[in-house]
Amino acid sequence: MLGLRTRRQIANRAMVGLSMLATAVGLFWLGWIMLTTLRYGLGALSTRLFTQMTPPPGSEGGLLNAFYGSFVMVLIAIVLGTPIGVLAGTFLAEYHRQTRTGAVIRFVNDILLSAPSIVIGLFVYELLIRRIGHFSGWGGGIALAIIMLPVIVRTTDEMLQLLPANLREAAFALGIPRWKVVSAVLYRAASAGILTGVLLAVARISGETAPLLFTALNNQYWSSSPNGPLANVPVVIFQFAMSPYDSWHELAWAGAFIVTMFVLALAVTSRALLAKGKRGQ
Amino acid sequence: MSETANADAPPGPRHGPAPAPPRPRRRRSSDTAADGLFHVLAAGAGYLVLGILLAAALSMLWGGRKAFATFGLHFFTSTQWDAVAQKFGAVVPIYGTVVSSTIAIIIAVPISLGIAIFLTEIAPRWLRVPVGTAIELLAAIPSIIYGMWGLFVFVPFMATYIQPWLIAHLGPLPAFGALFRGAPIGIGMLTAGIILAIMIIPFITAVMRDVFLAVPNGLKDGCIAMGSTTWEVIRHVVLPYTRSAVIGAIFLGLGRALGETMAVTFVLGNTHDLKLSLLEPGNSIAATLANEFTEADSDMYLSSLIALGFVLFLVTLVTLAIAKLLLLTVDQRKLQRR
Repeated sequence: MLGLRTRRQIANRAMVGLSMLATAVGLFWLGWIMLTTLRYGLGALSTRLFTQMTPPPGSEGGLLNAFYGSFVMVLIAIVLGTPIGVLAGTFLAEYHRQTRTGAVIRFVNDILLSAPSIVIGLFVYELLIRRIGHFSGWGGGIALAIIMLPVIVRTTDEMLQLLPANLREAAFALGIPRWKVVSAVLYRAASAGILTGVLLAVARISGETAPLLFTALNNQYWSSSPNGPLANVPVVIFQFAMSPYDSWHELAWAGAFIVTMFVLALAVTSRALLAKGKRGQ
Repeated sequence: MSETANADAPPGPRHGPAPAPPRPRRRRSSDTAADGLFHVLAAGAGYLVLGILLAAALSMLWGGRKAFATFGLHFFTSTQWDAVAQKFGAVVPIYGTVVSSTIAIIIAVPISLGIAIFLTEIAPRWLRVPVGTAIELLAAIPSIIYGMWGLFVFVPFMATYIQPWLIAHLGPLPAFGALFRGAPIGIGMLTAGIILAIMIIPFITAVMRDVFLAVPNGLKDGCIAMGSTTWEVIRHVVLPYTRSAVIGAIFLGLGRALGETMAVTFVLGNTHDLKLSLLEPGNSIAATLANEFTEADSDMYLSSLIALGFVLFLVTLVTLAIAKLLLLTVDQRKLQRR
């Protein structure tokens, strides 16, 4: 029979060891997925990706129309989602910091933040696509904007709440009206944080696939207008990866590689900005 | 400079007496209007957030009304999903969603707990930020990448190494063994559950880490001063103090797993047969939607799919609401909320 002290030490060592093992397992998956993306993605890279359209089955081609479509839809989402999100965040931080209304909206916003994106796609389908009768890039942009919204609302709310009270009071003491205090003083002071929120949101929507299946769908050809179906990288990856053709698989890996690198770069940048901003407060 | 002005002043704008009457009065009325307009705009945006949630739920209930009206409760008891006969029952997708999410939670919770403990109590300070960031990057990777990795790398790995072993060693067992029978084809519930687990680990870990950091140092120091080991501090101070928030973190992960689409669509197999074995292909609500939506050629088919979406939305909303309520129990102001 072991002594009490020894047993406690053994239990401690075992649990510390298990928690290190868990961390190693978590990092192992990250490493494995990143290595796979690098291995298949780097091999499939070529300049054709940016100069040619998505090909018919079995032939060579690029992803130009898909990159363009994704860019257009993310742009629509930013233009729609940012002002609404910043205003809603302002409403929470400046008008409803401690109220019941504020608590309810924060609660709902946090739920929206984790709500399945496929459901947002279905919502926009019901709301818009079914009415206009065909798939459309606008629908994709709106769906992505709805997914962006809660991220921006939350960061704006947090960033405005972090600002020192002196700043607000000094501005009010000068007799400046509230809307000017918010737009000229507070937004300027919190701009780095709000921008971080937008970047995080863009990182989140850049790889979103499910909501686009019901809204923008896909388009094999070049289309500059978001009024009709619009090609986009995630859906192209999905359709090409599910296909039996090797040349399509290769394009899917190239697209996956570029999207992953883009998203990770955005995530790392925004995290660095956020850490810097919080230290600066 | 401004400190003297607001020592006891209530927060909010103060319209002090104006020294030169005509101009300030004009300015003030236009400012009041602008302030009012700004408030209305902000309020509109704020309530829009509430409106979106409500509108999303209602629009899907509306879109699925035909299926709900035709099949009634039968929609939730029938395993038949037949586009030709126009008969749709949701049992198979619902079962797949529940089973794959359950597998994900069983795998992800202990690993997340371990990582969160490592990041807050064990790791040396210099290691905490890089490891924490690396785990958070797992959450940034788009789910379609998990799907592709799953299909091209993980499915062959499961088919070659893991599944033959499971079939040989667990398959012959009575009762329990029925979960592990069939051919080692790689795809199926188990593979989907494992990939879902990898995807939700960063979410659960981040919340757990934040609530562990909210435990007052005094409590932990007291425990250490009594001669406790690290594990005893975690077991008797940290975990009891954060219990409800830890359960909240698990529900948050569950909410994510239930609605995850692209990662599982690649590896589930998209069949509408109800199979007990975790190694057989199956389906989930989200995967059914992603696979079949563009093929839905009749009103009833489309309505049934949207009805499925409504069920998914309702279930995730309830799960996430439970998660948020549990998380509210730990003082939110101390947390760096994600």
